[in-house]
Amino acid sequence: MSNTPPLLEVRNLRVEFPTRRGTLVAIDDVSFSISPGEVLGVVGESGAGKSMTGAAIIGLLEPPGRIARGEILLNGKRIDNLRYEQMRRIRGREIGAIFQDPLTTLNPLYTVGKQLAETMTTHLPIGPAEAKRRAIEWLELVGIPAAAQRIDSYPHEFSGGMRQRVVIALALCAEPKLIVADEPTTALDVSIQAQVIALLKTLAREKGTAMMLVTHDMGVIAETADRVAVMYAGRIAEIGPVREVVKHANHPYSAGLMGSIPPLDRRVERLAQIDGAMPRLSAIPQGCAYNPRCPQVFDKCRELRPDLLDAGTTRAACWLYDTEAVRG
Amino acid sequence: MFAFVVSRIFQALPVLLAVALISFAMFAYVGDPVAIMLGQDYTQAQRDALVSDLGLDKPFWVQFATFIGNAVQGEFGLSYRLSRPVADLIAERAPATLELAFTAAVLALAVGVPMGVYTGLYRNSWLSRFFLTFSLVGVSLPTFLIGILLILVFAVWLGWLPSFGRGDTVKLGWWSTGFLTWSGVKALVLPAITLGLFQLTLIMRLVRAEMMEVLRTDYIKFARARGLPNRAVHFGHALKNTMVPVITIVGLQLGAIIAFAIVTETVFQWPGMGLLFIQSVGAADIPVMSAYLLLIALVFVTINLIVDLLYYAVDPRLRIGRGKGGH
Repeated sequence: MSNTPPLLEVRNLRVEFPTRRGTLVAIDDVSFSISPGEVLGVVGESGAGKSMTGAAIIGLLEPPGRIARGEILLNGKRIDNLRYEQMRRIRGREIGAIFQDPLTTLNPLYTVGKQLAETMTTHLPIGPAEAKRRAIEWLELVGIPAAAQRIDSYPHEFSGGMRQRVVIALALCAEPKLIVADEPTTALDVSIQAQVIALLKTLAREKGTAMMLVTHDMGVIAETADRVAVMYAGRIAEIGPVREVVKHANHPYSAGLMGSIPPLDRRVERLAQIDGAMPRLSAIPQGCAYNPRCPQVFDKCRELRPDLLDAGTTRAACWLYDTEAVRG
Repeated sequence: MFAFVVSRIFQALPVLLAVALISFAMFAYVGDPVAIMLGQDYTQAQRDALVSDLGLDKPFWVQFATFIGNAVQGEFGLSYRLSRPVADLIAERAPATLELAFTAAVLALAVGVPMGVYTGLYRNSWLSRFFLTFSLVGVSLPTFLIGILLILVFAVWLGWLPSFGRGDTVKLGWWSTGFLTWSGVKALVLPAITLGLFQLTLIMRLVRAEMMEVLRTDYIKFARARGLPNRAVHFGHALKNTMVPVITIVGLQLGAIIAFAIVTETVFQWPGMGLLFIQSVGAADIPVMSAYLLLIALVFVTINLIVDLLYYAVDPRLRIGRGKGGH
């Protein structure tokens, strides 16, 4: 994995929101890369900057949010500074997107066939007849029964899980190399979640599509991702192979996060919980953003902010792994 | 679909009957038709003869039923003022009003919708600000003042366009049209602008508000995330989703344009139904007034039916009975 050039590379990304009361830093100094075919899970609490990182990659940050620093490279080429029209040609074609709520992601006034066909004719050199044929193929591929008939159905004629399958078909139909999936199962029934994740995983593997899977569901990550990045207050707290992060988290925050997953093999009276709440963007504490909640906090944590440091199996933004740190 | 239309027509019937009752009641309570027909000098015997001749001695409901029966056949009696059948008078005047209303509505839509889309997309551009200021003028200035100002500028000062009348018209069967002559088209310009300006600004503001709402939705973000061109996102996905409220308002306003063109027609001496109505009011010409009332009710009911059908054309979620399962 380390030898193949990365498909996507994010370097020192910083996203700011200018407001009347000053600039809010939503994402700060985030760097990671995704190799072709790799699934990177991104986890964290609400507001940690997971979804916003995804939005920055597809170039659809909500104004007034903007990339203030850093760069995003796709196949070695910068895409964060492209004009709208150039970036539009990349969206859908090179980077597909899946949103959280399938009930609101599809245009209610167009048939699913039309939405699939227009996406394909926009990006691929095919005519309407071929687009329709492929649209039916895609619906079959994502497991919609009687696809040839359902092609002319409107979104409201599908259930939530079926609609998310249609959304997956839409994200994949122009054959992008990377999918940014922003909480693709959060809005679905628990019974449907596993099916949709399995489908996403299978299709990504078959098509060789890499995926950035944003979620706060650790179960989904453990099952799907190759590597995982834990985000906290706009920064990456820990990044590493999924097995290591889930089983032997090095950063106290990811350890706390994993501790809150209910174990199936034994009964526990009470799940571990992390006291306090993630700081608001306007009140991120000095030093490590996690220091007020951290059980292993020491002096240096309150003064200086740690970068990602080598923590053996993973990389963690924690002074515990600074060889020169003096514990107080 | 057919069942829906039929049920809507049945819902409209009570409305039409109620309006018919009001317009019929005008005969009984506004003035005395017998006295008007007999003139200054008559005997009681003459009066009784006429009353029984006209069937005015029959019970109220029988008279009302007769009125409805005649109205259905387009028979509204003679105008007191002009001594001609009311149906003929209205048929003569209707083309002028309908052509004016049609032109005003087309103008309002053709200019108002693009302006609304533009101001919804580019909220902060100076052109949007200009359109919004301009729309305030359109909404707040009364129609007669706009008409008089337009006459002053384009008819009096510049002398480009006529200040009154319909110009030359061409007969197409019983329909007289002003669309086919140069003077007819020229005469249409100022009244159409006067009548359509308010609707134009209303449509612009409505489309703008709806566009801003729709552009925030997930399916627009997703359409962008799929890399669709802006044209397809704005004029396909977004605009189509603003259409249901716009159709409602445009439909109601079209009824209003036809029914209440009175002020514009008066200012421009436009020989339409509105002018006929206002002259009839002046002369207490009850047959004309009552027929006009019924006609306007019919126009509104018809437009509402068309609006309901358009909803179905635009929004698939309303098309019931197409259940294919899936839930």
